[in-house]
Amino acid sequence: MPKNVIGSVMVLGGGIAGMQSALDLADSGYYVYLVEKGPSIGGVMSRLDKTFPTNDCAM
Amino acid sequence: MEYDQAVPLKYVINPDECIYLTKGKCGNCKKVCPTGAVDYDQKEETVKLNVGAVVLSPGFKPFDPSRFDNYQYSNYKNVITSLEFERILSASGPTMGHLTRISDQKEPKKIAWLQCIGSRELNKCDNGHCSAVCCMYAIKEAVIAKEHEGDDLDCAIFYMDMRTPGKDFEEYYVNAKEKKGVRFVKSRIHTIVEIPETGDLEVRYADENGDIQIEVFDMVVLSIGLEADPNTVKLSEKLGIDLTQSHFCNTSAFEPVNTSREGIFVCGAFQGPKDIPESIVDASAAATAAGQSLTAARGTETKQAEMIPELNVKGDRPRIGVFVCSCGTNIAGVVNVDAVKAYAEKLPYVEYAGNNLFSCSQDTQDKMTEIIKEKNLNRVVVAACTPKTHEGLFQETLLAAGLNKYLFEMANIRNHNAWVHKDAPELATQKAKDLVRSAVTKVALFEPLEEAELQLNQTALIIGGGLSGITTARSFAAQGFETHIIEKDAQLGGQALCLYKTTTGENVKEKIVELVDEINGNEKIHVHLNATITSVDGFVGNFKSTVDENGEAKTIEHGVAVIATGASPFMPKEYNYGKDPRIITSLDLDKKLMVEDPSLKSMNSAVFIQCVGSREKERPYCSRVCCTHSVDNALELKKRNPDMNVYIIYRDIRTYGEREYIYKEARKEGVIFICYSVDNKPVVDIKDGKLTVTVLDHILRRPLEIETDLLTLATAIIPNQNEQLAQFFKLPLNANGFFVERHAKLGPSEFATDGVFLCGLAHYPKPIPEAIGQAKAATSRAVTLLARKTIHTSGQVAKVDPMSCSSCMVCVSVCPYSAPSIAKEGRFAGKAEINPVLCKGCGLCVASCRSGAIRHNGFDNSQIFSQIFTLSQVA
Repeated sequence: MPKNVIGSVMVLGGGIAGMQSALDLADSGYYVYLVEKGPSIGGVMSRLDKTFPTNDCAM
Repeated sequence: MEYDQAVPLKYVINPDECIYLTKGKCGNCKKVCPTGAVDYDQKEETVKLNVGAVVLSPGFKPFDPSRFDNYQYSNYKNVITSLEFERILSASGPTMGHLTRISDQKEPKKIAWLQCIGSRELNKCDNGHCSAVCCMYAIKEAVIAKEHEGDDLDCAIFYMDMRTPGKDFEEYYVNAKEKKGVRFVKSRIHTIVEIPETGDLEVRYADENGDIQIEVFDMVVLSIGLEADPNTVKLSEKLGIDLTQSHFCNTSAFEPVNTSREGIFVCGAFQGPKDIPESIVDASAAATAAGQSLTAARGTETKQAEMIPELNVKGDRPRIGVFVCSCGTNIAGVVNVDAVKAYAEKLPYVEYAGNNLFSCSQDTQDKMTEIIKEKNLNRVVVAACTPKTHEGLFQETLLAAGLNKYLFEMANIRNHNAWVHKDAPELATQKAKDLVRSAVTKVALFEPLEEAELQLNQTALIIGGGLSGITTARSFAAQGFETHIIEKDAQLGGQALCLYKTTTGENVKEKIVELVDEINGNEKIHVHLNATITSVDGFVGNFKSTVDENGEAKTIEHGVAVIATGASPFMPKEYNYGKDPRIITSLDLDKKLMVEDPSLKSMNSAVFIQCVGSREKERPYCSRVCCTHSVDNALELKKRNPDMNVYIIYRDIRTYGEREYIYKEARKEGVIFICYSVDNKPVVDIKDGKLTVTVLDHILRRPLEIETDLLTLATAIIPNQNEQLAQFFKLPLNANGFFVERHAKLGPSEFATDGVFLCGLAHYPKPIPEAIGQAKAATSRAVTLLARKTIHTSGQVAKVDPMSCSSCMVCVSVCPYSAPSIAKEGRFAGKAEINPVLCKGCGLCVASCRSGAIRHNGFDNSQIFSQIFTLSQVA
C-alpha cells in the first residue's frame, strides 16, 4: 500500500448515493469534498413523494 | 431555492432569468435583503483540489419521452411522466397533493401507467437495458393514487414483464393486484390518441387472449426509465473510465464499485440503473473501497473540533438567557417578537433576553456564544423552530461557551405557533410568551448531565464464511482491524463454490480459491472452521461471544458483528424432481458446466422451468437471481451445442438492469421463451423413458408438449435457520426468515441493534456483485463506528433510585433494549440498575415503575410538572 496517500476524497454528485458515501467517508476519518452541480443536495430522491414500503416521505 | 426543505436552505440567483444580470436593471432583491447577502458580482471560479480518491455518484437522467411521437407527451396535457406524477401526489407539489389532471383540474377516475418508456427499447432509442425501478414505482404510485382518491379510482399498469425482484417487492405487487385492485395488463402500448373535446386518452391494446381492446383513460402516466446523463458520459471520457453498452460505468462482478481507473470509485445509478436501497449499499461500498486505498492517511486531513473545558455550574443560581428568533419573517411576520423578548426579560432568573433575525446563522451562533460568556449565563432557552432539526446546533453553541449541552431548552414558536396561527397574531404572541415561560421554568430546574464514554473494541466478528463474509473480512483487515470469521462448515467459500460463472463471465470458483488463499495468509484475519456461536454477551463496542469450534469452546471479544450467514438452495418436491437423473436444479447444471459434462454437447433439447418454489403461497418472494441464472446457462448450452433446442418456461423474465442484454442475446441465439401462469403450471411426465414437459402456449392458445433430454428447475433461495442467532443479537427476522435491516431504504446493511451489521444472502437473495457490494457496505458502516475509538451515549437516560426500588422486575421486562437489570453485587444488590449505554431514553420504564424509583434525566417529574403548572397560570 502506498504510504504517501492523501486522506481526502472527492465525491462527485450530491444525490442519495453521493450523500451516503460522503457521510460514511467523513465518519471513517477522511476529509470529503462533496461536489454538486445544482444549488442543493438531495438529487432525484428529493423529488419523490413517498417511498415503498414504509410510505415514508422521500424528503 | 429549489424547495422549502432544500439543503442548504439558501436562495440562489438563476443567472439566465435575472433581469439585473441579463439587462442591468432591477436589483430589487439586493435592496430588500436585510442581511446584505445578495452579491451580483460572484463569478464561477476554478478550484484545484488534491484528493486521495474520487467517488463518482453523478446519478442518472430521467428519460425524456418527448422524443417519442407515438405518446405525444409534449402535446397531450394529460400524458405525464412518472416523476411528474410523484410531484402531483406530493403534499409539497404544485397541487398540494391533490390528485387532479393538468388539462382541466378534474379528479381522474381512470389512470393508465405505461411501462418501459425509454427502457428495453432499441428501435426508437438506444436504451437496451431495463431500468430496474419502474415496475415497482408504478405499483407504488398506483397504490398511493388509490389511497388519495379511494378504491373507485381505476388504475391499470400496462407492462411487458412485471419485475419486482427486490426484498418485499413481490408481496407488494401481489397485494396491489389482489387486495388494492390495481389492474395489470401484459401488453406494450403502441400509441395514445387524445379525444380533443374532453382531453381523455384512448389506448388500444391486445389483451391476454390476443383480442384488441380500446380503453379510454383520464390520465396516462409514462413510466420513464433511467439513462446515463450525456454530461456524465463526457466526464467519463475525460476521466478515462470504461462504460457499458448503455453508457453506465463498467465494473466487474468481484469489484462492483471500482471503475476501470485506479483510485476512482462509483456508486448509485451511474453504476447501473438501481433503486434507493441498492444505491445506499453501493455508496457505503464505494466509501469502503476508497477508504481501503487511503488507510495509511486516515484522519490526517480531518480536523478535530476544539473542546472547550466545561464550566462547573452545579449549585449555582440559574442565570437564564432567552434568545427569541424572528426566523426572517417566518415568526416575526405573525408574532410580535419584541413583545416576547420584553416579556422574557421579566421572568424569574432571566438575566438576558435578545432577538435574532436568524438564530441558526453562523454569525448569530458566534454572537450567542459571546453573550453567554459575557453575561455569565448558565441556562439557555432558544424560542425558535423545532428541536428535531436545531437542538443539536444550539447545543454546540453551549459547548462552545463552556456550558454543559443539556442546560438548554427550545420553545417551538414557529411550527407550533406562527405557522399554524397566521390569522391570529395577537393570540400567537400570547402563546409565544406562554411557551417561553414554560421553557424558562423547565430550564431553571435542569442540571448538567454526563454522557457515558465507552471504549470500542477494535475487533470485528463475522458470522458466515461465504463470499460475503470473506469480502467483509478482507475489507476490515485492509483497514487495519482484527477480524474473526466464524464458519459452520469445514471450508470457506459457501454457496458461491457451486456457481459456474458470473453474468459478466468471471470464473467464480477460481476467484473464490484466490480470495480464500488471501484470507488464510492474512495475519489480521482469524478463521474459525466447524464453528458456531453458542452465546453472545455485551453490547456495541464490547461484545463477548462464545464459539464452539470443533467441539472446543472459545471466547471472542469484539466491538462489532457482521451477519453474513447466507442462504441455501430449495430442494423441490414437484416436477418429478429426484425421480429421474435428467431432472436437475440450476446448481446441478452449474456443476455439469464446471466439469464440462460431455453429455451437454450431445443433447437435442433442454428445458428450464422458472420460479420453482418462489412466488407461491408458501414462499411469496422472488428469488431474484434465477431468471438471469437460467438465461446465462441457456446461452452456455447453446454455446456448446448451437443446434440444441433450449426452452425457458417462465412467469416474468426478470433480467433487471443491464442483464436485459443477455436476455436479448438469448432470444437472438434462438432460446425459446414460453410464459406460464402460476395456476396453470407446466406438467412433467416420464413415460417409456421419455421426459416431456407440457405447457399451455399463450400465443397458440393450446398445450405444447416438449420432449427433452434435460430439465433444469430454477429453484428458490431459502434462508438458513437464523432464529438462534437472531435471538443472540436481538435481531428481527421477516415472515420469510430473512433478517430485517434497520431501514428498508436507508439502512439496508445494518441492524437497529447498535454495532451489528448485515450483508449478503442473509438479507435477501442476490447475485455476486450485489452480495460483494453489501459486504463492503456492512464494513463501511461498521468502520464509521470503529474509527471513533470511543462512543458517547446520550445523557438523557433513565436512572434508578435504588432506595425506592421494590425489585418488581417490571422495568426489566418492558425495556426493548435490555438496559435495566438486577444488580448482582455491591450495596444495592437485588435492586434494578440501568446500563446508560443501552438506554435509549424512551421512558417506558419510568412510566411503568410502580415504586416511582426511576427518573428520566432531562425529563424529570419536577421539570415536566413545572411546565404544566406554569402553563395553567395566566401570564
